[in-house]
Amino acid sequence: MELPIYLDNNATTPLDPRVLEAMLPYFTNKFGNAASRNHAFGWVAEEGVDYAREQVAKLIGCTEKEVIFTSGATEADNLGIKGVFEMYQDKGNHIITATTEHKAVLDTCKHLEKLGAKVTYLKVKEDGLIDLQELEAAMTEQTILVTIMYGNNEIGVIQPIKEISAIAHKFGALFMTDATQAVGKIPVDVNADGIDLMAFSAHKMYGPKGVGVLYVRRKNPRVKVTAQIDGGGHERGMRSGTLNVPGIVGLGKACELCRLEMDEEAKRLSTLRDKLENALTQLEESYVNGNTAHRLPHVANISFKYVEGEGLMMAMKDLAVSSGSACTSASLEPSYVLKSLGLSDDLAHSSIRYGLGRFTTEEEIDYAIENTKKAVNHLRDLSPLWEMFKEGVDLSKIEWAEH
Amino acid sequence: MAYSEKVIEHYTNPRNVGTLNKDSKSVGTGLVGAPECGDVMRLQIEVDENNMITDAKFKTFGCGSAIASSSLATEWLKGKSIDEALTIDNMDIVEELALPPVKIHCSVLAEDAIKSAINDYRVKNGMEPIEMPKSHH
Repeated sequence: MELPIYLDNNATTPLDPRVLEAMLPYFTNKFGNAASRNHAFGWVAEEGVDYAREQVAKLIGCTEKEVIFTSGATEADNLGIKGVFEMYQDKGNHIITATTEHKAVLDTCKHLEKLGAKVTYLKVKEDGLIDLQELEAAMTEQTILVTIMYGNNEIGVIQPIKEISAIAHKFGALFMTDATQAVGKIPVDVNADGIDLMAFSAHKMYGPKGVGVLYVRRKNPRVKVTAQIDGGGHERGMRSGTLNVPGIVGLGKACELCRLEMDEEAKRLSTLRDKLENALTQLEESYVNGNTAHRLPHVANISFKYVEGEGLMMAMKDLAVSSGSACTSASLEPSYVLKSLGLSDDLAHSSIRYGLGRFTTEEEIDYAIENTKKAVNHLRDLSPLWEMFKEGVDLSKIEWAEH
Repeated sequence: MAYSEKVIEHYTNPRNVGTLNKDSKSVGTGLVGAPECGDVMRLQIEVDENNMITDAKFKTFGCGSAIASSSLATEWLKGKSIDEALTIDNMDIVEELALPPVKIHCSVLAEDAIKSAINDYRVKNGMEPIEMPKSHH
């Protein structure tokens, strides 16, 4: 076992060596521009892109023509939301999203508000799921788009996508989902789920960074988005720019591997995740954040009360994890996702996210368990809050200095 | 962001972790920060009849820099008089630990904790409290 151990697979994943192998020829002898129609170099590159498009389509159950390659999920989110807003402005200007979305969605919505959009930010329940009745109540005749993420990047909860898309469609709105954390990890089928637009990226599923997809439905209904990048009219006019051929080939291969290995992989990862979670919640005053029945197989988000996340991560220096605490950021605000669940700031500051992945071993999980326990106990020995808790002091009754 | 060697050293081997009897007349206690902000420091001093600090202890809930700042503060306090201790400035801590700008608030908190502990001692022993600096974070 090599140290440090990588348990931050929701941030990014390592490239699968099989993906790398598929990509390599496209950097060297197959270097052509996929848009060069008049010679073999272009044809070879185009073939690679076409095959990748097929591999992507197979994973999410769509047709090749519905796959628009982008530079990643952030661009795909931008293109989907801004593109729909611009294309459908005659129909309405109302967009519905949720407070726990990724910044790529939230900040795009905020930008559109400046351009005249009305945006509803649905709150989530304390398990991280949206309330379907609230969604239905928020729908209006002006609603053109409902965009709700598939699986959450911090806590891993899976939203009731089928029910959400049904509500959106009932009111004549389109349904979009940022499925960056879900595609390749759990079965996602755009038809079964009623998805009209979907964003995801390669680097969260063992593919390369810098490439992603916006799925855009072509039938029932035919969805159109206004291009946000103008130029040579690539990708059916929706996203100009020379295609990142090696990246796209890698994305295709990554999709194929996920499709073939997902079932077994999900079982293995959820078993390891449960082992980790069960062991760590044996520690006093530790809590799992988010719904535990509807969630991705590879994420555990745990708050260890009375210790601060960043300090904790420092004590777990051989574990690469992430924390909802934001002591390094200028704002010092803890995770907005955890706060949306109604978690108090101190519990949000005490959270650690473990993101397991394809290359995570049981030995590594055993190490992570021991390492975390030791670190939590060490920091609690240093923590005045832990001491007060042990003495029975009610911390909520103390008048803390304003900060 | 990488931590400086000194922060890591104090964090790994914190000095003077512990608790003094807060009810004792010779002990001054400062409890500053707030759980919601992700930092709480408790710093205690034991003072002899000549107003010399003979012992100092801390416990901190916070990031590595906060823990290192309070650990360093306890080291510096021991052997100083309570008047000398007032001269410890947060920027001395920043310099000693090579804290980056985003961690300066940790040193500010440590300075607040020192002053608050001294005030607690002063008030307990019939002295006027010194004026607390306005919290800058």
